[in-house]
Amino acid sequence: MSEAILKVEGTHTFIGQHHILQGISFDAKADAVTVLIGRNGAGKSTALKTVIGLLPSSEGRIMFKGNEIQKKKPYEIARMGIGFVPEDMGIFANLTVEENMRVAMLVEDEATAQRLERTLDIFSDLGKFWKAQAGILSGGQKQMLAIARAIVNDTSLLLIDEPSKGLAPILVDALIEAINQIKEYSVVVLVEQNFYMASSVGDYFYILDDGMVVHGGLMEDLVNDEELKSKYLGISKAAE
Amino acid sequence: MATTTFERWGRELTIAGAIVLFLLPLIGIPGKTYLTLTIAGLAMGMLLFLVASGVSIIFGLMDVINFAHGALFAWGAYVGFSIFQRLMNWVEADSVFQNFAVFLIALVAAMMVVALLGIILEKVIIRRVYGFHLFQILITFGATVVLVELIRVLWGPNDEVMIVPLTFSRNWDILDIIVYRYRVICIVIGLIVYGVIQFVLKKTKLGTIVRAGVENRDMVQAMGHNIFLLFTGVFAAGAGLAALGGLAMSIFSRQVYPDMGSTYLLFAFIVVIIGGLGSVTGSLVGALIVGLSYNYVAYLVPWAAAGVNVLIMIIILLIRPTGLFPAGK
Ligand SMILES: Nc1ncnc2c1ncn2[C@@H]1O[C@H](COP(=O)(O)OP(=O)(O)OP(=O)(O)O)[C@@H](O)[C@H]1O
Ligand SMILES: [Mg+2]
Repeated sequence: MSEAILKVEGTHTFIGQHHILQGISFDAKADAVTVLIGRNGAGKSTALKTVIGLLPSSEGRIMFKGNEIQKKKPYEIARMGIGFVPEDMGIFANLTVEENMRVAMLVEDEATAQRLERTLDIFSDLGKFWKAQAGILSGGQKQMLAIARAIVNDTSLLLIDEPSKGLAPILVDALIEAINQIKEYSVVVLVEQNFYMASSVGDYFYILDDGMVVHGGLMEDLVNDEELKSKYLGISKAAE
Repeated sequence: MATTTFERWGRELTIAGAIVLFLLPLIGIPGKTYLTLTIAGLAMGMLLFLVASGVSIIFGLMDVINFAHGALFAWGAYVGFSIFQRLMNWVEADSVFQNFAVFLIALVAAMMVVALLGIILEKVIIRRVYGFHLFQILITFGATVVLVELIRVLWGPNDEVMIVPLTFSRNWDILDIIVYRYRVICIVIGLIVYGVIQFVLKKTKLGTIVRAGVENRDMVQAMGHNIFLLFTGVFAAGAGLAALGGLAMSIFSRQVYPDMGSTYLLFAFIVVIIGGLGSVTGSLVGALIVGLSYNYVAYLVPWAAAGVNVLIMIIILLIRPTGLFPAGK
């Protein structure tokens, strides 16, 4: 088994007075895609925001490459090599696609230029709209931009929150293709409700419910576990 | 929605309307006077722009309502006042070079001192109240009281006459129209400042990050940018602009007084609300609207001059609640 690059250990997160994450633990193993699944409001987005530091955890440890990061600021965590694609994509709509990418680039050196080229190969639409305002992009293109911004740096871990949300099936396939390519050079933690997508890219899974991890394991085992799927994901054999 | 027609023609209608409104005062004002008033209005507008742009950027990026901006403005005026006192013979010399040199020295000193005050203010006080508007209002109001009181201690409580570099107080006679030189200088300063701000915001990486931060602070942080350093820098720049505004205004009105900031801060808020919070171009357009209409109305209906800007603000808020140039949020 490979080493975990990210370890979330007994983490609690409050939003205001609300106790949202109630001691969750999960790992992201190297060279793999780990998928967080679970009902709406289970705490999936909160978990990613806690890892990147946008929400403070009140208890527990978060280890990235052997360093504790739970007390660090978001920009410090990002600079350690974690890319974040939020659920709402966080596109800078008044900036051009190019400017969005430039804000994302932490250094503008030869290596970044090569990563940019590689990124534009994966998401060729971005090149076409390079000088356009990001606000005019379609939902799918915005999603591509959001992911592109996260992989243009030398990131070793990517946190992606529900990229398939609102996308047409054909775009979901394109996204699966893209994530399979990204997987070659970065560990991915993916929040995903679309089970087709989750099972197509995921190697490991965790099911979140009410701010806790209730199950975890190999994705291929979950695919075959009808009981688990119907209990937590509302997927029944008949509906598939 | 019912606004589609307005949206489709909004731009053209707005420009046409603006031109009509701009020329309308010609009905009641003789041509030459109109030109003089226009130059005065543009100059006043540019001075207001210097104050308002700082308020607007600080609000846009940091979501901070900074009532202390007026006090920083007054500090800028007083630092300049002190420099002019020290270098009196340069101020009064009949030499364009010396006059401009002393102005530049005063400008740099005022901006540096006030930017430093801004940094202290941001780091010590405002940082604690990010996200809490009510506390921001109270705490920056408190900072204003302290800063104004410090002025009274350091420079005395009375109004002082601002001595003005000699060449600034001269005027040109162009085809029988008296053009005050300093008004033209104000217009030029305003244009330069606008150009510099636009260049920094649009053409530099730092400026691009600031614009991104205006739209989504969390995302900028999650991309690895130290937003707090950015906040401090922007606050210092805003304070520097306030100082420039204060110095330029005190030369214009030829006086300094401890409480001078509050008068102009009110105008600045009107400008920012008209122009749209967070937009520098909005601040410029808003400031010119306020400056021009104030001067035209002051000539036509003197008693209405003070009220006309509030009226414009209300009308614009009714048509476009986010101001003329809303910054993306
Ligand atoms: N700002 C907030 N204030 C109060 N409660 C919040 C806030 N943001 C999220 N929550 C609550 O936290 C819980 C977890 O939210 P979270 O967004 O993490 O869920 P999720 O698993 O990502 O759901 P979804 O699939 O709908 O995106 C929800 O019950 C939600 O109502
Ligand atoms: Mg979510």
